[in-house]
Amino acid sequence: MDALLLYLGPVILLFIVLGFVTYAILAERKVIGWIQGRIGPNQVGPWGLLQTVADILKLLIKEDTIPKNADRSLFKLAPILAFVPSFAVLAVMPFSSRIQFANIGVGLLYYMAISSITTIGILIGGWASNNKYALLGGMRSAAQMISYEIPLVLSVVGIVLTVGSLNLNEIVAAQQKTWFVFPQIIGFVVFIIASVSELNRTPFDLPEAESELVAGYHVEYSGFRFAFFMLAEYVYIFAMSSLTTVLFLGGWNAPFGLTFLPGIVWFIIKFALVVFFLYWVRATMPRIRVDQLMQFAWKVLLPLALANIVITTLLKEVPFFTLYY
Amino acid sequence: MIRTEEMLLNVGPQHPSTHGVLRLLVKVDGERIVEAEPVIGYLHRGTEKLAEDLTYTQIIPYTDRMDYLSAMTNNYAIVHATEKMMGLEIPERAEFLRVIVMELNRIASHLVWMGTYLLDIGAMSPFLYAFRDREQILDLFNELCGARLTYNYMRVGGVKWDAPSGWIGKVDHFVTYLQKQMKEYHQLVTGNEIFMQRTKGIGVYDQETAISFALSGANLRVTGLNWDLRKDSPYSIYEKFTFEVPVGEAGDLYQKYLCRMREIDESLKIVAQAVDDFPAEGKIMGKVPRVLRVPEGEVYVGIESPRGELGCHIVSKGKDKPWRLKFRRPSFYNLQILPTLLKDENISNLVAILGGIDIVLGEVDG
Repeated sequence: MDALLLYLGPVILLFIVLGFVTYAILAERKVIGWIQGRIGPNQVGPWGLLQTVADILKLLIKEDTIPKNADRSLFKLAPILAFVPSFAVLAVMPFSSRIQFANIGVGLLYYMAISSITTIGILIGGWASNNKYALLGGMRSAAQMISYEIPLVLSVVGIVLTVGSLNLNEIVAAQQKTWFVFPQIIGFVVFIIASVSELNRTPFDLPEAESELVAGYHVEYSGFRFAFFMLAEYVYIFAMSSLTTVLFLGGWNAPFGLTFLPGIVWFIIKFALVVFFLYWVRATMPRIRVDQLMQFAWKVLLPLALANIVITTLLKEVPFFTLYY
Repeated sequence: MIRTEEMLLNVGPQHPSTHGVLRLLVKVDGERIVEAEPVIGYLHRGTEKLAEDLTYTQIIPYTDRMDYLSAMTNNYAIVHATEKMMGLEIPERAEFLRVIVMELNRIASHLVWMGTYLLDIGAMSPFLYAFRDREQILDLFNELCGARLTYNYMRVGGVKWDAPSGWIGKVDHFVTYLQKQMKEYHQLVTGNEIFMQRTKGIGVYDQETAISFALSGANLRVTGLNWDLRKDSPYSIYEKFTFEVPVGEAGDLYQKYLCRMREIDESLKIVAQAVDDFPAEGKIMGKVPRVLRVPEGEVYVGIESPRGELGCHIVSKGKDKPWRLKFRRPSFYNLQILPTLLKDENISNLVAILGGIDIVLGEVDG
């Protein structure tokens, strides 16, 4: 049984994630469509259900072009470097008390470390394309990731301090009484902002800013390589929303003792709310400017995250609050 | 030793934010712009030269294609100049129709500007909301003259089509509808922190610079100068209506946005008044000779298009065709300040500043 799970589990997860990506794209287009007073895709399949399938098929059969002056080996390597970490981070994610592939002691650290590799893929992609827009996009991406990785990591330190562990299972278990979104509200806000930035989504979609840099780092990519960049982006939405759920929204824990629904259902509900929030923000916000982005990260988010750590450490010693910490 | 280099970036003519086929040669140092040079002419059709071989009525559809977001004002520029030279009397009903369509067109044009500007800045939804509301204006025009963009509606001496029955009521309905919608725009965009950060204090110039670059329209008024040809050299029947001319103070992009939004409000007021006073009866064409022969001489008329002063200069030798026709195309003049404004800005601001000028390439290239 264990051996079966070891080999079959990841394959099943891969299909679940691919299924999610397929329908997350459709859901995003539908939701944003409704917000903007449109219908969204509705031609391919009933209710547009096969739209993404058709899109992926198109990308698969499209000619795979590599610019003449591109750095060929790096150009081919970049999408792989961007995609592989996005999938690898899912290994430590506890979807319910039983569904988890690797219960390692430093799960949170593993996530943070692996996910930053994607930046290298994006940077290489921007560089290897030998295109000025792609280069600018890649550079922006590198600057942005460095600036936002730090508040992102620091914002969860409060949780690590409270739980006393980096293990994601233990973090969820510690939230049986109170979700960390309440005692760690500052950390939560910093985390959400930094994670939207990590995901390169509006209002922080500077690396691909289509109205400025046309498409940014993947401007020269087409066909399947482009699909890999897109895939990485959406798998990260999956991963980041899962992580938000696990860290702040109590993971698979049922709220108000409503345990008649299994943990995985609660996980999916919370997860879907986080994903919806990302769509909602995208439909509402303009894009922030690159220098303002840096200022915001270093001058606002970083001090806030540090303050959160200090507050958590102090409150942990106050008798009244030990209930929550 | 690390060495840095300036990079020559070619923006356009195929670029999502150049609003058509404008090309910009930008020298960048990192993301900072050292120098920017606009290259125009990709949409040049030689309207002015073509007009020399056309009768005055035949020129009208050509003007539709200059500023294609506000074809009604272009129509008016040429017919107004011709009428002025011939000394024609225009029936009141025709003048009312002209004012209504010109102001509706101004609203439509500003809505497009607002939507695309927000799209440049990275917000997607306002674009679709703006186009949804503009669509209603286009539907009204479609009902009036059978075209959605290139109207060819005005004639020397009046207008081509009378308002169909119920049309005026629909316009009235639209005015109330848009006044309600404007609140939604302000709620979504005006107070948005990111939008304010992107636009406040960006692309600033003072009144003197604006005048020396011959800027007009909202680009001039944003510096605080109250100059609107509808008030300062009234044409048509604008004297009959009460409206204000919105001016800015700081001369930055945020003020430009506010100016244009308030211009929509003022235009709505004008349309509402025109609908109220709309003559129930009357002709739509004045007494006009069958062949238009403009007496020898020349005339210049300037009117307030959504983008600024749209001038039409006719030189006639007494034939049925102009000897020389010159349009003062506001977008073309407004664009000239761009290299000055772009210096030492970054690429994100390039898009914001260019969008703020509100150019239509059909008009820039003529």
